[in-house]
Amino acid sequence: MISYRLNSRIGAVVFTAILAMPAAAQTIAITGGKVYPVSGPLIENGTVIITNGKIVAVGANVPIPAGAQRIDATGKIVTPGFVDASTQLGVQEIAAVNDTRDMSARGKDNIAAAFTVWEGLNPNSVLIAPARKEGITSFVVVPTGGLVSGQAALVDVVPGTTTDMIVRSPVAMVAEVGDPQSAGLGSRGELIVKLRELLEDTKFFQTHRDAFDRAQTRPFVASRLDLQAMIPVVEGKLPLLITVNRASDIDAALRLARNYNVKLMISSGAEAWMMADKLAAARIPVLTGAMNNIPEGFASLGQRQENAGLLRKAGVQVALIGNAGGGDEEAFNVRNLKQEAGNAVSYGMTWDEALRAVTLAPAEFFGAADRLGSLQPGREANVVVWSGDPFEFTTRAEHVLVRGREYNEKTRQDLLIERYRNLPGTHNTPPPR
Amino acid sequence: MGTAACTVRTPTTTPSPARDSAQADVGRGGTSTPNADPFPSTYVPFPSRTTVVRNVNILTAAGPLIRNGAILLQNGKIAAVGTTVDAPADALVIDGSGKYVTPGIVDDHSHLGVYAAPGGNALSDGNEATNPATPQVWAEHSVWPQDPQFPRNLAGGVTTLQVLPGSANLIGGRSAVLKVVPGRTVQAMKFPGAKYGLKMACGENPKRVYGGRGGPSTRMGNVAGYRAAWIKAVDYRRKWDKWNADHKGDPPARDLGNETLAEVLRGNILVHNHCYRADEMAQMIDIAHEFGYQIRSFHHGVEAYKIADLLAKEGIAGSIWADWGSFKMEAIDAVKANMALVDHAGARVIVHSDDPSGSQRLNQEAAKAMEAGAEIGIPVSEEQAIKWLTINPAWALGLDDRIGSIEKGKNADVVLWTGDPFSVYSKPEKVWIDGALLYDRLDPSEQWRTDFELGFVPFNRN
Repeated sequence: MISYRLNSRIGAVVFTAILAMPAAAQTIAITGGKVYPVSGPLIENGTVIITNGKIVAVGANVPIPAGAQRIDATGKIVTPGFVDASTQLGVQEIAAVNDTRDMSARGKDNIAAAFTVWEGLNPNSVLIAPARKEGITSFVVVPTGGLVSGQAALVDVVPGTTTDMIVRSPVAMVAEVGDPQSAGLGSRGELIVKLRELLEDTKFFQTHRDAFDRAQTRPFVASRLDLQAMIPVVEGKLPLLITVNRASDIDAALRLARNYNVKLMISSGAEAWMMADKLAAARIPVLTGAMNNIPEGFASLGQRQENAGLLRKAGVQVALIGNAGGGDEEAFNVRNLKQEAGNAVSYGMTWDEALRAVTLAPAEFFGAADRLGSLQPGREANVVVWSGDPFEFTTRAEHVLVRGREYNEKTRQDLLIERYRNLPGTHNTPPPR
Repeated sequence: MGTAACTVRTPTTTPSPARDSAQADVGRGGTSTPNADPFPSTYVPFPSRTTVVRNVNILTAAGPLIRNGAILLQNGKIAAVGTTVDAPADALVIDGSGKYVTPGIVDDHSHLGVYAAPGGNALSDGNEATNPATPQVWAEHSVWPQDPQFPRNLAGGVTTLQVLPGSANLIGGRSAVLKVVPGRTVQAMKFPGAKYGLKMACGENPKRVYGGRGGPSTRMGNVAGYRAAWIKAVDYRRKWDKWNADHKGDPPARDLGNETLAEVLRGNILVHNHCYRADEMAQMIDIAHEFGYQIRSFHHGVEAYKIADLLAKEGIAGSIWADWGSFKMEAIDAVKANMALVDHAGARVIVHSDDPSGSQRLNQEAAKAMEAGAEIGIPVSEEQAIKWLTINPAWALGLDDRIGSIEKGKNADVVLWTGDPFSVYSKPEKVWIDGALLYDRLDPSEQWRTDFELGFVPFNRN
């Protein structure tokens, strides 16, 4: 159904989808599996019915429509597709090759609020298919660098254009707190001052736009488009997703958010466990991992693998993201999200909480729980049938459906293995078909 | 926040085998070095007590899984292993029901101590990036024994590390082979009698680092650089061989860099070559043939699966990541089945880390690679995969006669896992080195905290 063509000049595999879109009334029934809707209790021997790309029924005694295509999930586990809540997938192909990197903007004085990172997203990135193959069906593409990095978007892992992929944009404004050097500033305190100045200028700009357009305002800390992009943040409509690690920096961010009525989310949060009660009280969600215990800088001395579990126990909402810092986890290795979840369980999260932290929790954080993250009627049919415990290494994602369509195309890695599996062999020629 | 007991225990006074290592290091063909061991190991085993673990599954790395078996650790050695063992009456008996025992994990690609946490310029001591060939530098002179990454690696079941210089240079310098034990000095951590390794690096890193400052700026420049260094080393060795034979006149002038390279040519130092691409590995093999040395292991070997047959024929190991890739051009052909394919071709596979986090979960990295093999119809047994973590890297360090497997008489470097080590839910519960319990997840008093952690790190690991 899908043909592969090797473009030898650029050395990239071009996937040409010749498959027509799903037939209008196509119905799929996933039967017999252990179904984890996440939004509700486990259903032993459950059925999931999908029509036209949406889930239409989930339950134990659901009638199967005549003519439905069946996927037998007996003895298997059915979950919502996994959501990576923070990645550069699609905007970074090869980290050390500059013209494949599109996750950062220069901005003005390290403020790039207007930067919409998804404009640079490449739906043909060869790293996307390996992620989907291992059960990632949605991800949040997040800009990096500077003081205000730009805006993030939530996308589904479907072929086509970026427009086809986008579920919701923007889903957050991204900023760095506690890394003054990255923001081009002299100290932590100055960084907070700079953010305050930006928030105040945004409010002023919001109410004095006419004067601005007539060039009758004082100079602002940010450009017109950046200020405009910040308006939903000061209105409390668009979350400010800050990368922050040190407990005292989290505290400073909490004060800032309270004073300016900003809806805060925390990413990385190495020492968030030290602030767990305060984060829970302020209802601030945290995106963090469970595979890093290295005091890798003076802002991360309290980094520990129990972080996610401790936060959850204190009542903080948690989404799991890769945080061990190796092997291109920003893009290629988002597929290791399940390993992150397994380690979170190993370090104190319950299994159900870990599943929620890679499905419904991120969907909720980014305002898309009505679209994905759970198995409920009306949700997009982003569904994975796993051969066993999804967090375990011996488990395979046997069926991966995104918006009701199953994907099992070969990845670039599959093609390389076909070519080199038998040695010595046809090293420089494609394998026979 | 108590100091771990093991950091303050007094080591036993058993004489260190390191005292003999100056002699032990003199291999075939003499030496170019008046003193082969100027920084001798002062390691002595920590106090141990005779210990039996019973009812435990044992992955020996030397044969089939022993189900519900037993192991006896005595006087720092593995005294017995089998379905049952005879234990002295005073032995500490541990019930290992549902648990697993494996040999201690050996990571042959670490930068602990030379890129110590919490990082930054002050602790960046891994690349002497002042010249593309620096065989004269020794990693041990950069190692900070108080790097808080050491106890974290121990808690991940790692008992022996090869600390390598970085990969900025064509020839990066000597490695340090360390036991993952608390020590006030690096000498107290050095594995007695271990051979040194030599770090070499191919490809993008050297040409990137030196491209703007005198070269090499190309891969062909890299190769010219290796060959120029080896030409000098061959000459240096010849002069010393001649002087060693006749002792006529003054000995040749010493040169630290050439001393190291000459020891490689004599087989006394093992070559660990950072190399991603298949075509470059093949060229490095030709260079080794040209100058008469052996490459022990290619590190990273992202494309090892493309020349697995060549690695098998040459007897070169592949020290590989499970799934790292795409972060640079020479890493774009990374496949998860790399290890399984290389193993299947008959070459030695080693799971390496190059990473202070990854090194704590080398078992999980192996598990991912096993699954990737199974997916393409090359299943890898747990008995085989445990070798990737233990006896194979021990071989790469020339220590497979002392560590790396659960066999009678070997050093009692042993890990007790909470479950099957290839499960995401299993963790090391206890770790012994030379029979001494150096880590116990269940007992905070048996958890080593470095000096750095005191006050700075606001929690005790468990």
